[in-house]
Amino acid sequence: MEDMLFYDRMQFAFTITFHYLFPQLTMGLSLIIVYFKWKFLRSKNLVYNDSAKFWMKIFAINFSMGVVTGIPMEFQFGTNWAKFSELTGSVVGQTLAMEGMFSFFLESSFLGLFLFGEKLLGHKLHFLTGFLVFLGSWMSGWFILATNAWMQHPVGYEILENGKFVLTNFTELFTNPWLLPAYLHNQAASLVTASFVVASIGAFYVLSEKHEKFGKLFLRTGVVFGLISTLIVAFPTGDMNAKNVAKYQPASFAAMEGIFHTEEGGAEIVLIGQPNMKEERLDNKFAVPNVLSFLTYQDWNAEVKGLNEFDKKDWPTNVPGLYYSYHIMVGLGTLFIGLMALAMFLSWRGILVKTKWVLWALLFAVPFPYIANITGWYTAELGRQPWLVYDLMRTAAGASPTVSSGNTLFTLLGFIGLYLLLGLLFLILVGKLVYSGPKTLKD
Amino acid sequence: MELFWYSVLIGMLAVYVVFDGYDFGAGIVHLFFAKKEEDKQLITKSIGPFWDANEVWLIAAGGLLFFAFPLLYASAFSGFYLPLMMILWLLIFRAIGLELRGQIHHSMWHAIWDKAFGVSSLLLALFFGLALGNVVRGVNLGGVENGVSSYEATYFFLPLWNSSLDPLAERLGVIDWFTLLLGIIAVISLTIHGANWVILKTNSTLNEQLKKMIFRLNFLLVLFLIASVSTLDIVQPTIFKNYKEYPVLFVFPLMTIVGVAGLFAVKIYKKEIWGFLSSTLFLFGGFTTTAAAMYPVLLPSTNSMNDSLTVYNTITEGYGLSVGLNWFLIGIVLVVLYFIVQHRVFRGKMDAVDYGEH
Repeated sequence: MEDMLFYDRMQFAFTITFHYLFPQLTMGLSLIIVYFKWKFLRSKNLVYNDSAKFWMKIFAINFSMGVVTGIPMEFQFGTNWAKFSELTGSVVGQTLAMEGMFSFFLESSFLGLFLFGEKLLGHKLHFLTGFLVFLGSWMSGWFILATNAWMQHPVGYEILENGKFVLTNFTELFTNPWLLPAYLHNQAASLVTASFVVASIGAFYVLSEKHEKFGKLFLRTGVVFGLISTLIVAFPTGDMNAKNVAKYQPASFAAMEGIFHTEEGGAEIVLIGQPNMKEERLDNKFAVPNVLSFLTYQDWNAEVKGLNEFDKKDWPTNVPGLYYSYHIMVGLGTLFIGLMALAMFLSWRGILVKTKWVLWALLFAVPFPYIANITGWYTAELGRQPWLVYDLMRTAAGASPTVSSGNTLFTLLGFIGLYLLLGLLFLILVGKLVYSGPKTLKD
Repeated sequence: MELFWYSVLIGMLAVYVVFDGYDFGAGIVHLFFAKKEEDKQLITKSIGPFWDANEVWLIAAGGLLFFAFPLLYASAFSGFYLPLMMILWLLIFRAIGLELRGQIHHSMWHAIWDKAFGVSSLLLALFFGLALGNVVRGVNLGGVENGVSSYEATYFFLPLWNSSLDPLAERLGVIDWFTLLLGIIAVISLTIHGANWVILKTNSTLNEQLKKMIFRLNFLLVLFLIASVSTLDIVQPTIFKNYKEYPVLFVFPLMTIVGVAGLFAVKIYKKEIWGFLSSTLFLFGGFTTTAAAMYPVLLPSTNSMNDSLTVYNTITEGYGLSVGLNWFLIGIVLVVLYFIVQHRVFRGKMDAVDYGEH
């Protein structure tokens, strides 16, 4: 039984982590491509159209990877989490079915037109198809976040005697106080990934003195989008999310911040330190007094509850994992703002392309927004444990009753092998596209 | 309410069979008949802008199943765990075969992805046929052995096969002679359907050969259909009950028969659309014929201890369904609109459409 739950969780964690490497770029990049296409329509400058075309090629591969790794996600609710599906289908099925009807059809119908239809449609309609693909992908995010928000902070439901969750208020699913901050935070973070990718490839072209016209444009665009989105990720959206966690999931908040014991007269903010679970404290701690109280409640002396206030069986299952995920996300987010602000300043002074070390930094920064996005999601999901539906349904109660651990391990291994192949193919193909660079075609 | 959502679900699945069916079929045709590079390219071109949206019908139907009949979704998806996972892997292979083929221009690269696309199309057709067979035959709900349920009465787990391949055994497998029969029917019918699509949407040099192939394969199809219908009541004794009570339902088998009959005339049609419409009618009719026979059962129980899963004992509560109805109606209108736009833009033969190898 323990084994089974472990493999079910590993499979979901592995497949969703791998899956989310792709949609985060899809969502952010679709906005930047639409921006390039729009700039072309306004200026008739072909560089913009060629840029849009270049990024569409990378977008196409990335989108396919997102689709093929996304289908297993919807299936796994039923295959591995059958009890959860049976008991919450009335609520969760609602938002997931809406995602299929409203965003998947939109995306998939217009993606073909967007990728292949430029000549058939003309530039204005082509722009429109791009916009619809962008809209579809952002709506998909909305429905997924609505589903997740309900699991984090259930609203608009009633529990029947047989344990079933039944929807009683449809509107509340979408006015859930958890939803909007989480959605904006997530979308801004996906734009961070896309901005870094665009800026990085710009830096690559400038540094290697190839396709420099495009390189400069990508740099400029990546840095502007990057500075705006990294700022939004931190404030107001990051701040709003932290306050929501403090309000609705106080035990997770304590674990995230590494607070084992409630402190008198205000809580410190921990910058570095390693959770020591045996002695329930942080080793090698470096912290600033009272700042956490102020950030959370705008009061230097407000009380922040420590883990000691909660029953151990309700603690997040993996306190160190949660603590590290959160600190990696916040630490990287802060560095991103610094790097993008510096690059923006240099770009404004017109010396970014000459400041080589910043270009190198941008070039190699690419993996980090991915790490920040993934650890951000780990913070949300490890923070939700040990619950599937916060405070109401434990994770152990949601697994499929008839699927044995041997079968789940079999499919987990299958997914690992298959996804290694996909990842390799993705890197080879995108690497090839980047290497050959944008082409100025006359057509 | 139950009948409505059942019809919606079956309707969406039937559309899925017809739409994704032609691109699976195109994959099978590609595997067995396309020898020249230009024919291979033409076939993938003919489904290029469509297949992704076609697949969404499956995802959307899955979502709707989750929403309207959560218990069935939970029970069937966990019980058919292994075949579903294999379907997922095949869908992944097929998709990357189609999407990545054009990325590198090298004959070996093309050869790998051509096979990945063709073989996974063939196996998917087989798996979907097997799936239908399993739903008709039923499963051992509750895992009853020697008169004792080993799980909750609404759950089961099926291995891929048992040693006897007998659909009447106590320990069932996904593959037995009956489900295999339906699997083969699925492969044959989708091959025909896909060939009709290729004929309709391309000027490939294969077209004449494919018409002959459809004509011949259709005899085989009739043979297998007769075999399956005559063994149906061995496997599922109550299967004809609905038809005896409501003769109006015979409209569905009638569609099937007209479709098959129409396929025999494939060589004489002046307009190629008639061939495609025939196989469409056959697939739609065949699928709905089965669904009409099953109602209200969604997944029959093969033991006498536990009840079958039906629309009544798996449907979600009233409030959720009634709000669902509102957004579903808006959604389906939009979906139809998208499909019209998509098929208008890429109308006619696809040979000259340059949506290119990027």
